[in-house]
Amino acid sequence: MNAAETPFEFVTVSYLTRIGNQSAGTLAELLTGLEHCSDASIFHHTFQTLGSHHFLTDGFSNDFAQWALSDTNRNDLAEQLAALDIRDYVSIAALRSDLCRVVGEYCAAYPNFASQSALERFYFCESVEVTAPLGRNARTLDEFREGIEHLSHSGFYFHFISSRLRLQLRTNDFSHWLADGLGLKSLAQSVDHIDIYTNTLDSARAKLLRLIDREGRKA
Amino acid sequence: MSETLALSRIPLDQYAELLGASEIEELRALAKPLRGRSIEMINSTAVGGGVAEILNRLVPLAEELEINIKWDVMKGGEDFFEVTKSFHNALHGAPYHASPKDFEIFLAYSERNRATLPLDAEFVVIHDPQPTGLIETRPPGANHWVWRCHIDLSHPNRTVWDFLEKFVSRYDCALFSSPEFSRQLPIPQYLFYPAIDPLSEKNCDLDPQFVSQVLGRYQIDPQRTILTQISRFDRLKDPVGVIRAYRIVKRYFDCQLVLAGGSASDDPEGAMVLKEVLREADSDPDIKVLELPAWAPLEVNALQRAATVVIQKSLREGFGLTVSEALWKRKPVVASAVGGIPVQIIHKHTGLLAHSVEGTAYQIRFLLSRPEIATKLGEQGHQHVKENFLITQKLRRYLTLFLTLARGS
Repeated sequence: MNAAETPFEFVTVSYLTRIGNQSAGTLAELLTGLEHCSDASIFHHTFQTLGSHHFLTDGFSNDFAQWALSDTNRNDLAEQLAALDIRDYVSIAALRSDLCRVVGEYCAAYPNFASQSALERFYFCESVEVTAPLGRNARTLDEFREGIEHLSHSGFYFHFISSRLRLQLRTNDFSHWLADGLGLKSLAQSVDHIDIYTNTLDSARAKLLRLIDREGRKA
Repeated sequence: MSETLALSRIPLDQYAELLGASEIEELRALAKPLRGRSIEMINSTAVGGGVAEILNRLVPLAEELEINIKWDVMKGGEDFFEVTKSFHNALHGAPYHASPKDFEIFLAYSERNRATLPLDAEFVVIHDPQPTGLIETRPPGANHWVWRCHIDLSHPNRTVWDFLEKFVSRYDCALFSSPEFSRQLPIPQYLFYPAIDPLSEKNCDLDPQFVSQVLGRYQIDPQRTILTQISRFDRLKDPVGVIRAYRIVKRYFDCQLVLAGGSASDDPEGAMVLKEVLREADSDPDIKVLELPAWAPLEVNALQRAATVVIQKSLREGFGLTVSEALWKRKPVVASAVGGIPVQIIHKHTGLLAHSVEGTAYQIRFLLSRPEIATKLGEQGHQHVKENFLITQKLRRYLTLFLTLARGS
């Protein structure tokens, strides 16, 4: 069986939510907040929230979109914000820029809505990350499969979703190692195509395991 | 003077069946760098109240992770608790006329407890305002001090907050249940949710026969729609508003209403509210107003499980853990958008939020006419609680906090 020189090391992650100093009661204030909040705050309300709400697969994308929908009743803006796919971003700066563009254009087009009070305020928070090695690693596809099967949601989220920012590549830890470590480029690509918005972490994992099983049968 | 509590063991592995073995394994991995390190939790009561309920479960679970944790209770006389009760109400925004004597009593008991409590653990977690002053003699940089505030500080009485803020600012960080409750402070503030224990009597699985018995005892018809609010008889829980919403729903759907809470016999205000509720109910046989003895956790559990829709129509709320309790039981919930409720109810995803009697009635009618949506909201609500509001998640959050403090962030 093909074995990688560099093993895949399984890790888990845990987050603290730090309450920021900014909040927004209107869309105009949301724009100001987006322009000035920390990178950890943009991460918290987009990447991290997707992990902690992974079980919502029908329209929940990020906290900004959810607030625009439920507290300002601006369905059209919510849709545009929800359509921003974190897989398209390898830096928080680029994601922030697009969030600001969407909200800024909306405020410019509808100045009345921009200053309308929301039902509830939006509070900018930040994620503080702590990781812990699980003491498990994989060199072969079988070991890799077993490791993934035994990951919690947090561990799976860390490797599959938040890793995109860490790697600064348009991929995830799993696909990166499958391609680089085992040379399984096609499998790596299929894994990266699993939709993290329409799947829960459990269903994404099940799809990933099926892809690995199919690859295993080829060998 | 102070008291260190001895608690019975709770095997962590019991939770693996509900949450998966990997969740427990990862808790152990996170706790590894904290093994043998010391934590002291301090509050002002060993029994009664949400904080004691949480510490009763959290401390034994942390021990399972080989953390050297203890729970100490500060002592105070009647005069101290009268003062801190006034502080508590004032911090919630109630009117309060401060007297210098009150502050003297607070400071005197803080000093007495400082003399008897060890306060030498690497991480000292102080719960709520009563023990806040224990930090007074903290040697600089010696250990990490955390202030956990379980109450709503969004509109505090200025005099009381100004007095307490001097102490709070000396902690390494403060923990709040909602961003709305946080204050402008020179220290980091983190979001910490209260939690429910899925294995406790209030939340564990029940035999359907027991649920039927409970319904029979209170003459509730299991064949008809049941709307339920579990809350003490308190105006801030708006039980009268719940009855008004029920009457609107009743025009369209045959239904019963259950309003269940702790006994109001030793609470003058509760007894008054109960009277108002009974007056509003006007002997409607489909409204069951139940005074449960000491909250009867198994009965509360059964009533929540039997509900078609659970309501939490609070006017003001700290966190509102009854919402998490209902969601854990996969119940569709209609609740007010106040305090910590919107954290639990993500509108249209894990339940429905309302802002008025009419809105509450409308959302209930919507759920009764679309049972498939009610089922989906209940299922997603269960997942939300599983990910965020269980005691094991709370433990994970504390581990993360201690690791963060230890690394100096």
